[in-house]
Amino acid sequence: MENNVIIDLKNIAVTFDEEPILKGINLYIRDGEFVTLLGPSGCGKTTTLRIIAGFLEPNSGDVMFENKRINGVPPHKRQVNTIFQRYALFPHLNVYENVAFGLRLKKLPEKEIRQTVEEMLSLVNLKGFSKRKVESLSGGQQQRVAIARALAVKPRVLLLDEPLGALDLKLRKDMQIELKNIQQRLGITFIYVTHDQEEALSMSDTVVVMDCGRIQQIGTPIDIYNEPKNAFVADFIGESNILDGIMKSDYSVEFSGHTFECLDKGFDKNESVDVVVRPEDVDVVAVEKGAICGTVTSVTFKGVHFEMIVDIDGFKWMIQSTDQQFEGDEIGLVIEPDAIHIMKKSDYSGQFGDYSSFSDEIEQLSSASEEV
Amino acid sequence: MKENTSLAAKISGAPYIAWMIIFIIFPLAVVAYFAFTDSSGSFTLNNIATLSRYSDIFLRSIWFGAIATIICLVISYPLAYIISQTAQDNQRIIIMLVMLPMWMNFLLRTYSWMLILEDTGIINNWLIKLGLEPVQMINTSGAVILGMVYNYLPYMILPLYSIMSRMDNSIIEAARDLGGNSAKIVQKVVFPISMPGVVSGITMVFVPSVSTFYISQKLGGGKFTLIGDVIEMQFQTSYNYNLGAAMSLALMVLILACLFVMNKFTDEDDGGILV
Repeated sequence: MENNVIIDLKNIAVTFDEEPILKGINLYIRDGEFVTLLGPSGCGKTTTLRIIAGFLEPNSGDVMFENKRINGVPPHKRQVNTIFQRYALFPHLNVYENVAFGLRLKKLPEKEIRQTVEEMLSLVNLKGFSKRKVESLSGGQQQRVAIARALAVKPRVLLLDEPLGALDLKLRKDMQIELKNIQQRLGITFIYVTHDQEEALSMSDTVVVMDCGRIQQIGTPIDIYNEPKNAFVADFIGESNILDGIMKSDYSVEFSGHTFECLDKGFDKNESVDVVVRPEDVDVVAVEKGAICGTVTSVTFKGVHFEMIVDIDGFKWMIQSTDQQFEGDEIGLVIEPDAIHIMKKSDYSGQFGDYSSFSDEIEQLSSASEEV
Repeated sequence: MKENTSLAAKISGAPYIAWMIIFIIFPLAVVAYFAFTDSSGSFTLNNIATLSRYSDIFLRSIWFGAIATIICLVISYPLAYIISQTAQDNQRIIIMLVMLPMWMNFLLRTYSWMLILEDTGIINNWLIKLGLEPVQMINTSGAVILGMVYNYLPYMILPLYSIMSRMDNSIIEAARDLGGNSAKIVQKVVFPISMPGVVSGITMVFVPSVSTFYISQKLGGGKFTLIGDVIEMQFQTSYNYNLGAAMSLALMVLILACLFVMNKFTDEDDGGILV
C-alpha cells in the first residue's frame, strides 16, 4: 500500500436493528484524492461517510487515519469535516458568524478569524454576503456558506453528503465544476457521496460503486464505465444491454445467436458470461449488412441522438443513434470488438440490462425516490 | 406587491373582527371606564391612588410569578430536550402524559395538593409512620409556588418541546463536527435556536402565575394574598368594581412592562410569539 494513504477502512461492518447495513467494507483513500461513493439509496454510502466523520461507530472493523486507529474518537477531534445534505447552517447566525463558528470554538484571535472568514467567503464567491441572514440566501448560496464553514477549520478531509441533491440541474452542474476547482486548488481530500452516476463520473479521481452494503467496484471513472465488474455496475453506470453469452475461446464470444470477435480473454472454454454492450456503441446498418437484426419497437428523440428499443429474438436492446429510424423498421446491427465487454457471472446476472419493461417514467420515479 | 383583498375575504373576516370588538376591545374599555370612575359614575383618580396601598401585594404576585416561571423553565428545558431526543412513538406518549393534568379541573388539582401537603396529609402521615417529625408544608410560600409550578408546567414544556423537536439534528451534528463539545453545542447552538420557545414558555407561565387566584387561598392559607385574590374579592365580596377594575388595569400594565423588559434581554427579532 502506498504511504500517502490518509483514510483506511478495514473490514467495517455496521448493523442497525439486526439488519446489516455495511458488510465488510475495505477501502483506502489517498491524500488529495477526490473519491466518490456511488450507489442507490440504502446501499450504505452515507453510513460509510458517517463512520469516517465519527457520527457513527462501526460494530466491527478499524477506521484508520494516517495509520492511527481512530475508532471512538469523537467528531470534534477528527481532522475531518462534513457538508450536510441540507446545509445544516445555524439559523440564528449570519453568514460571517456561520463561517466563523469553528474558528471561534478554537478561540483564535479575532484578526485571524476575520482574515480566514473573508478568505473562505471569496473562495466560494460570496464576498459581500457577510452580514446576510442565512435564511435570506438561495439554496446554492446556502450550500456555499456550508462549504466555506467547513473549509474554514482547515480539515484534512472534506466529506460531502449529496451536497447538490437539493439544487436544480443547471446550478448543480455549475457547482460540480466549482467544487472540483476548490478541491484542486486546496489539494485536500474530498469524499463525495451521490446517487447521480453522471456527477460521480465527471468529478472523481476514483469512484467506489456500492450496493447492498458492499463495495461492488473501485476504479477510475473510465474503468468503471468501460470495464464494469458485474451486471449491477454496468446497469447503474450509464445504460447497458446485458446479455447472456458463452465464451467460445479467447477473443470470441457468442450471444444473440451470433459469434462476435471481442478483446477479452482468460475465460474457460464455453464459460457462461455476461456480455455488456453500451447503447451508443452499436452501429445501425441495413438488415443484410447486420451481424444480427431486429425490429424497432419504440423511438424517443433525446436531442443529441435518438434512443430506440430494438427487439432482437425477444430480448429488448437499447440503441442510441443519430440516424432516425421509425417504429416497426427492420434494422441490422454491427458490434465492433472494442464495443463488447465480457463479465464473469455474478449474483446480479439476469437482473439487469433488458429494456423490455423500460420507460422513462419508471426511470424518473425510481430516481426521484432515491433522492428522498 | 399589490394587496389583493377580495370581497369574500373581507366578509369572511368580519365575524372575527366583530368578535374582537365585542369581547376584547369593548370589555377593556369597560374596565378602563370603571377604573377611572367612582360608584356614581363620575370621573376620579381615587381608585388608581388607592392602588399604592396594595403595592406589597403587587410585588409579591410578581415575585412569586417570577420564581414559579424560573422553576418551570429549569425543569422544562432539559425535559423538553430529552423528550425531543427519544423515539417518535414514545414522544407522543410522553407529551400526552405532560398534558394529561391539564384536562383535569384546576380546582381539583389544587385540592389534591392540599390533601398531600396538609399537616395530617399524605406526606406527613408517611413521615410520622417512618418515625420522623412532621414538616410544615401547607400554608407556606413554597406551597403556593409549588401550586403554580404544577399547574402551569405544561405551558412551559409544550412550546419548548415543539421548537426542539423541529430542530434539525444535522445542525447539532454540524456544530459537533466543527469542534463543539456538548456544553458548547448547548450554549452556542441549541439554546439560541430554542430562544423563541423559551420566550413563549415564559410568557405563558408568567402571565397566569402573576394573576392567579385560589392557589394562594388554598395552599397559602390566606397568608400570601396575591393580586388575583384581591381582585376576586373586590368583585365577589366588596362589590367595589371600580377598585377591582383599576387593579386589573394596573396588573395588565405591570405584566406588559415585565414582558417588555424580558424581550429586551432576548435577541432583537426572535421573540415574535410574544404578546
